[in-house]
Amino acid sequence: MVELFRQAKWNEPLIVEYPDKGLVGLNIQRVEAGIVEKVGGLKMPKGMMRETPINIPNLPEVVVVRHYTRLSQMSYGVDTGPVPLGSCTMKYNPRLAWEIAFDNRIVALHPLQDESTVQGLLQMLFELQKWLANITGMDACSLHPAAGAHGELAGVLTIRRYHELKGNLGLKREIIIPDSAHGTNPASASMAGFATITVPTGEDGNVDFEALKSAVGDATAGLMITNPSTLGLFEERIIEIAELLHNHDALLYYDGANLNGMMGYARPGDMGFDIAHLNIHKTFSSPHGGGGPGAGVVCVRDRIVDERRGVRLSDLIPGFIIVYDDKTGLYKLREPGPYSVGLIKAFFGNVIPLVWAYVYIASLGPQGLRKVAEHAVMATNYFIKLVEGVKGLEIPFGRGRFRKHEVVLSASKLAEDTGVTAMEVAKGLLDAGFYAPTVYFPLIVKEALQVEFTEAESLENIERYAERLREISKIAYENPEIAKSWPSNTSVRLIDYVRGDHPKTVSPTWRVYLRRMRGELS
Amino acid sequence: MSNHAGHPWISTSDEESIEKMLRVIGVKNVEELFSDIPDKIRLRLEDWLKLDIGFGRPLSEIEVRRLAEERLRRNIVFNPPPFMGGGVYPHYVPPLVKYIISRGEFLTAYTPYQAEISQGLMQAIFEYQSLIAELLDMDVVNASMYDWASALAEAVLMAVRVNKGRTRFLLPATMNPIHKKVVEAYARPHGIKLVEVGYDRESGWLDLEDLKAKIDENTAGVYIQYPNFFGVIEGGVKEAFELAHDKGALAVAGVYPISLGLLKPPGELGADIAVGEGQSLGLGLNYGGPYLGIFAVKYDMRLVRQMPGRIIGLTTTKDGGERAFSMILQTREQHIRREKATSNICTNEALMALAAAVYLALLGGEGLKRLAEMNYYHAHYAQLKLEEIGLNTKVFKGDFFNEFPVSFNEVKIEYRRVHEALLEKGLHGGLYIGGYYPELGETALYAFTEMHSVGDIDKLADSLSEILRRLGGG
Repeated sequence: MVELFRQAKWNEPLIVEYPDKGLVGLNIQRVEAGIVEKVGGLKMPKGMMRETPINIPNLPEVVVVRHYTRLSQMSYGVDTGPVPLGSCTMKYNPRLAWEIAFDNRIVALHPLQDESTVQGLLQMLFELQKWLANITGMDACSLHPAAGAHGELAGVLTIRRYHELKGNLGLKREIIIPDSAHGTNPASASMAGFATITVPTGEDGNVDFEALKSAVGDATAGLMITNPSTLGLFEERIIEIAELLHNHDALLYYDGANLNGMMGYARPGDMGFDIAHLNIHKTFSSPHGGGGPGAGVVCVRDRIVDERRGVRLSDLIPGFIIVYDDKTGLYKLREPGPYSVGLIKAFFGNVIPLVWAYVYIASLGPQGLRKVAEHAVMATNYFIKLVEGVKGLEIPFGRGRFRKHEVVLSASKLAEDTGVTAMEVAKGLLDAGFYAPTVYFPLIVKEALQVEFTEAESLENIERYAERLREISKIAYENPEIAKSWPSNTSVRLIDYVRGDHPKTVSPTWRVYLRRMRGELS
Repeated sequence: MSNHAGHPWISTSDEESIEKMLRVIGVKNVEELFSDIPDKIRLRLEDWLKLDIGFGRPLSEIEVRRLAEERLRRNIVFNPPPFMGGGVYPHYVPPLVKYIISRGEFLTAYTPYQAEISQGLMQAIFEYQSLIAELLDMDVVNASMYDWASALAEAVLMAVRVNKGRTRFLLPATMNPIHKKVVEAYARPHGIKLVEVGYDRESGWLDLEDLKAKIDENTAGVYIQYPNFFGVIEGGVKEAFELAHDKGALAVAGVYPISLGLLKPPGELGADIAVGEGQSLGLGLNYGGPYLGIFAVKYDMRLVRQMPGRIIGLTTTKDGGERAFSMILQTREQHIRREKATSNICTNEALMALAAAVYLALLGGEGLKRLAEMNYYHAHYAQLKLEEIGLNTKVFKGDFFNEFPVSFNEVKIEYRRVHEALLEKGLHGGLYIGGYYPELGETALYAFTEMHSVGDIDKLADSLSEILRRLGGG
């Protein structure tokens, strides 16, 4: 039996529930009396002065330290144990990179500071731009987007701009997306004003090529695709797909969420992709921070948009590109020009994750990056061998094919036979001290459990995880009611999500909760 | 295990693990696992190694430290910090904030999809939402957006969704011009007409008369930033929001959280949506990011259901016995609603929200007030000092918070030259804004925070005075 674990549990009140001690937790001085006198008091416009004190308690520093330390102990990250969330690439986040990325000589730099005073950082980011272009086989990268979905937005806005500059925007209204895609793909397409056309996945795990052929037409602006797919399968007809799309003057967009499964073996640029985004917080090891920050670098091939005006795709991507000026020997930021999408956030980009990626790539070199992909892929296929034959679990699509960075198991048979669902399997994994897989995604797999170990997980952990799945299956078939009690080793037991969402009980902040308790909300 | 060729970040890179995995999988070598990649696009090792990636070989930890040191040494950390804002400001970052966000349980966690094992993180984000709600006097706050500008852009899209059929949105000329560019990029595909409302050249306030003239029944929302881009505390926020409400438009406020220690919060001024930059709440400047987009609304389900981004809510365990936290109202989000989602945002700035929570908890209501006062007074002291040396520091009559324009038109000196002369003295001056506002000519925006002591301000004034004497054309 897999040893169980016990998560810390503190009955920790909310910080706003601590009694106000009238202390300011941060030791800051008051303004010198002479200065107040010289200025002559506050002169704000009528009605703009705060009258109600801010309702946040004033606490001794140690209270704050203990409070958040305790909350951290009721959380779980890669530093705590395996987080094999599919499509999330939760690899080890090296502290070496943390030390460098949070250096004060980065943290203290104002984004509008004179370029001559940030040359060291600009050089690092310039090098990173170049490395990422080579890793993806693209010609230019913008480090501007703040997250994967933000990179997607950058990409689809670039597609939009491409057709706009060619005078075809009236016609090019649709983005084609496979049914196995991340939810961000269709959402990003909508944000760029496109309609979404969904194409199905074939039994072999590839996009249904015939269906794609009939979906592509004059209205097709582009195709967004993840490769390897969310099923962990390499899209085998990618070259034909690219040709098909290009024949209709549609652009190919590469969702880089799964790059970890082919880095060093295949590059989106070589496959025919025009635009690609990368998730720095996945493939390039910057930590996910409990939800962010990330960085969603967007790269393009230098495809010609308008020959007469000399416009290329690299003129369209948003953000600042770092260029090296031979004459002065200085690195400079190139502002988005007249053909560019412009800016999609203020200032340069999420520099701390970007520097993290710089350290990661420098540490591993091209040899190490290719090894990363090899080991991520070996881990997946090793795990598959260990769980093959676990009763109630199946691996749909692409029978017999090697998976890349991840595999999707279906607990559909288990649920049918025993009533134990994918979500309950997930909770059973939590009880053994593992973070659960991504559940119910991709949508095309019933009772999906999407598992991605990455290169960072040891064989022993992969084996224990597989063993726990075997145990869960056994329990489901023998005593399914036990599964209903999971999780019981986490800091709280099963949560009431319906109550969390219900209009009569929904409490998004403490003040709304208090108003509700006082009966002020219907 | 024989040749130690592996890498410490690749846990299976020892010989024994490799041998075992290949044997169990049933392949001779690892390349076989990639054999489904068409030949034409499959990279051979030697070709991959020819590419300019990293430094051509793996560097040791010590080599990387040395390399980084060489690069970082060429960044200049100004002491005192730059006298520059423009939307983000050099504020004090308490070590406690960095310590807490560096704890691995928080730093290396994913978005809390599995709530039962992530309660601490979720409570911390719920606290962030609750603390921001107090500071802003708003009710519902999301778990974060990328930054102020993108939060504002999403607010514009949201206003158009809430007020279905309306296509205009009013933006003041006094808002941050960088934010305006971001709004333009987001709004463009949706055919939203962004209409600029002018400002009063004397006060530096938004021109209410112009607002009255431009607002109509087709206006989805009205935005006001206070303090505005000039640092000026807008005087007509409440009136502008009343005008918006009269026409059924949403009132959107943009705020600088530190200023709210002294200024009336957006909730009290009638805002339906408030956005802002959380950078000042303990985040550091980070040369552009990560920052923290604040997004808040009043408790009105018509608004809440159209909000972008994740929200953590307070609930209980299923047995009802204990308080618990969960991600709520997820049917708005991309992973469920896909193309019909309120936004495409997935990864946000959760760690930065945690930082802001720790910061707000540390300062408390009283600390925030003190800090705001210090910012206000130091900036006003600086204004007097710079006036004394003969600069025009009253480009606008309206009172300001911690930032104000300094005009070099009267002394007839190109600001670029002043800027460079300051750099030579080891000081970094304000932000040139003549490009955004040609009517202001050679004008720079100077910002002062608790990081600029009275002595620092005196030093700046002395340095500028010397520069004026030297460069002055008279």
